[in-house]
Amino acid sequence: MKILVPVKRVVDANVKVRVSADKSSIDLSNVKMAMNPFCEIAVEEAVRLKEQGVATEIVAVTVGEEKSQEQLRTAMALGADRSIWVEQTGFVEPLAVAKLLKAVVDRESPDLIILGKQSIDGDNNQVGQMLAALCDMPQGTFAFRLSIENGRALVSREVDGGEQVVSLSLPAVVTTDLRLNEPRYAKLPDIMKAKKKPLDKITPAELGVIVSSSMTTIAVHEPPGRKAGIIVGSTGELVDKLRNEAKVIP
Amino acid sequence: MSVLVIAEHNNATLNSVTASVVAAAVQLDADIHVLIAGSDCSAAATAAGQYQGVSRVLVADNTAYANQLPEAVAPLVSSIAADYTAILAAAGTTGKNLMPRLAALLDAGQISDIVAIEAQDTFIRPIYAGNALATVKTSDPVKILTVRTSAFEPVGNGNNPDQMALDTVISQNKSQFISENLSTSERPELASASIVVSGGRGLGSAENFQLLERIADKLGAAIGASRAAVDAGFVGNDLQVGQTGKIVAPELYIAVGISGAIQHLAGMKDSKVIVAINSDADAPIFQVADYGLVADLFQVLPELESLL
Ligand SMILES: Cc1cc2nc3c(=O)[nH]c(=O)nc-3n(C[C@H](O)[C@H](O)[C@H](O)COP(=O)(O)OP(=O)(O)OC[C@H]3O[C@@H](n4cnc5c(N)ncnc54)[C@H](O)[C@@H]3O)c2cc1C
Ligand SMILES: Nc1ncnc2c1ncn2[C@@H]1O[C@H](COP(=O)(O)O)[C@@H](O)[C@H]1O
Repeated sequence: MKILVPVKRVVDANVKVRVSADKSSIDLSNVKMAMNPFCEIAVEEAVRLKEQGVATEIVAVTVGEEKSQEQLRTAMALGADRSIWVEQTGFVEPLAVAKLLKAVVDRESPDLIILGKQSIDGDNNQVGQMLAALCDMPQGTFAFRLSIENGRALVSREVDGGEQVVSLSLPAVVTTDLRLNEPRYAKLPDIMKAKKKPLDKITPAELGVIVSSSMTTIAVHEPPGRKAGIIVGSTGELVDKLRNEAKVIP
Repeated sequence: MSVLVIAEHNNATLNSVTASVVAAAVQLDADIHVLIAGSDCSAAATAAGQYQGVSRVLVADNTAYANQLPEAVAPLVSSIAADYTAILAAAGTTGKNLMPRLAALLDAGQISDIVAIEAQDTFIRPIYAGNALATVKTSDPVKILTVRTSAFEPVGNGNNPDQMALDTVISQNKSQFISENLSTSERPELASASIVVSGGRGLGSAENFQLLERIADKLGAAIGASRAAVDAGFVGNDLQVGQTGKIVAPELYIAVGISGAIQHLAGMKDSKVIVAINSDADAPIFQVADYGLVADLFQVLPELESLL
């Protein structure tokens, strides 16, 4: 079984970003970048399926600028066998990413595609579902458990009220939630080995996809700040304030 | 032209978040249709018809839609999409699962989690865990939107629109529903409760969450949690508040033993009044709290219980 894992380069989860001075975008100069945490979970899940003997090959793919090759190297250090870099600079909206990934799927014919449920920069939560639609594949989103049984993917999903289990024919698209697994750290020898693993570059034109966009970001603003509150001295004072000042409890 | 709201329901009852989605739709167009796709879902359809502003309820009642799998519902909605300028759903797990699949079938983009409507083609949405608000304009002829329901005041009841059956049946077996395990609670829904009491890693154990439950019972509040508390197994995942969990904006949010990581703040910082109880005076949660109490939660919670 072959698994395709799309990964994205994003701002590190610990960075508190700032709006650029001209209010047109987020200031990303000199900001630490990393693999999207949900993509790390996707890579980890693929690697575990390979360790269990279920998967035979893992291919990582990213759509992004030159530096996004770093995240492909990370994916290979974690266990991906090879990777594909779809070169595209600037912002690419989720539908365009999905179209590019669809073209990669057509070339690679994976049995399973594991993506993150959401990228922590745009917080879109779209690409996996869009890719599934474009490929006419079933989807198991927000997965916290995944197994391959009798030629189908059994996916336990996190849903608002609790949990849901679906069974999907293969090939299928799965997106990861935080509870699916705890990603490992790449070991130094694996990081060295990853440098020698194949990384192929391809352009949207070679994939036959015209990258277009229907969305324009007109402005980006800081959210309204909260005005500083007070520190109360005791539980009694807290209850008094909530009752008589804020009037939020009876 | 009209706008279409995809109702969130479990066939028998309509999820109240739908009233907030209708409220967003009202800002877009005067003619609002609501779709109920399900099986034996007439009760939900009747309830949706009550919402003010709704002119028509479309009912696709067929076993094919029993579990509302997106593999069936997305093509169903796609088949009627040409009649609409916008299609909206709540940004819960159901809407997030369905809407991007629908958007791709329509070759349209999606704007996720809108919190305000500037114009018929221009929307405001949080990005980077709510650290910024982006104003996004789309040129798509049909706008696919998911709505952050805490940002829209729900519409009221008092209406009697016409009902129309949709006979299109999309049968598929690529995806099969196996089972569901939904938590039942006497408490109000986390996403719409007016008071939320949330616990974090500081609670220390699942048993200690009972200290919070007793307070929630006295206040008629919902229980929430940080991801650390969920990861540690103190409570179920459906209680997680934050960037990747539920977004809440109650009248009162009480954070107990929660440090206030950006990902947690993303889910609660629009609450009207925020209370933080934490033994670490430097915890970032105090920067967003209206009332902070620097103290040991194991001392405070029993005191609080007796004072309420
Ligand atoms: C991609 C990604 C997504 C995430 N999404 C979410 C999300 O949706 N929601 C979320 O919550 N987190 C999320 N996180 C995790 C987030 O970064 C934090 O790790 C998490 O919120 C920390 O939870 P906590 O505050 O309970 O734990 P901690 O940060 O460990 O804080 C515990 C607090 O309890 C206090 N405390 C301890 N004992 C006591 C006591 N006896 N009395 C009083 N106070 C006490 C401590 O002072 C401390 O401040 C996400 C992280 C990533 C990387
Ligand atoms: N530029 C990209 N390149 C590769 N994969 C991506 C890209 N953008 C998004 N994805 C995948 O889609 C998931 C969801 O992203 P999003 O829909 O943007 O929130 C991510 O976790 C990745 O797995």
